[in-house]
Amino acid sequence: MAALTKSEMAERLFEELGLNKREAKEIVELFFEEIRICLENNEQVKLSGFGNFDLRDKSQRPGRNPKTGEEIPISARRVVTFRPGQKLKARVEEYAGTDPQ
Amino acid sequence: MTKSELIETIAAKQAQLSSKDVELAVKTILEHMSQTLSVGERIEIRGFGSFSLHYREPRRGRNPKTGDTVELSGKYVPHFKPGKELRERVNLGLQAGL
Repeated sequence: MAALTKSEMAERLFEELGLNKREAKEIVELFFEEIRICLENNEQVKLSGFGNFDLRDKSQRPGRNPKTGEEIPISARRVVTFRPGQKLKARVEEYAGTDPQ
Repeated sequence: MTKSELIETIAAKQAQLSSKDVELAVKTILEHMSQTLSVGERIEIRGFGSFSLHYREPRRGRNPKTGDTVELSGKYVPHFKPGKELRERVNLGLQAGL
């Protein structure tokens, strides 16, 4: 299925706001890059109406190579989680699609 | 970082645009993303991640106040899967002691 990409987002900024194509592309690029910079600095990102990007530190835990069965530890890591906001959740709930993705 | 801080940061790097323009742009991007998910379509941003919908089966829930059982119908919830670059950069932050 077709998915929304950065180029379509830039296209919409060009059409709806009249930004030139270069500016539109740069803003979309910066939008995602600034969120990444924040998260790599261990800072939460809160976009009201859309959702929050949170960070969780996970400690090392035992794991296994599923192919060989060999035990290998899974190293400590930091992961990003997304918590959708009320408004986004409500809009998505109304979607009555029949084919779960 | 909040939405308004994100707008300020982007505006500081795009001197030729007013903060009002950047504010409209950020709101338009977020609306485009919400709209896409609400019609059941995915979002794919290379190096950042992808958003899709996950289905939740119908279940029997309870009203925590009255204890009454309520039938909850199946529904979709937004899901985010971080991309490789984002995963790696966030982990490097951990290793750098941030």
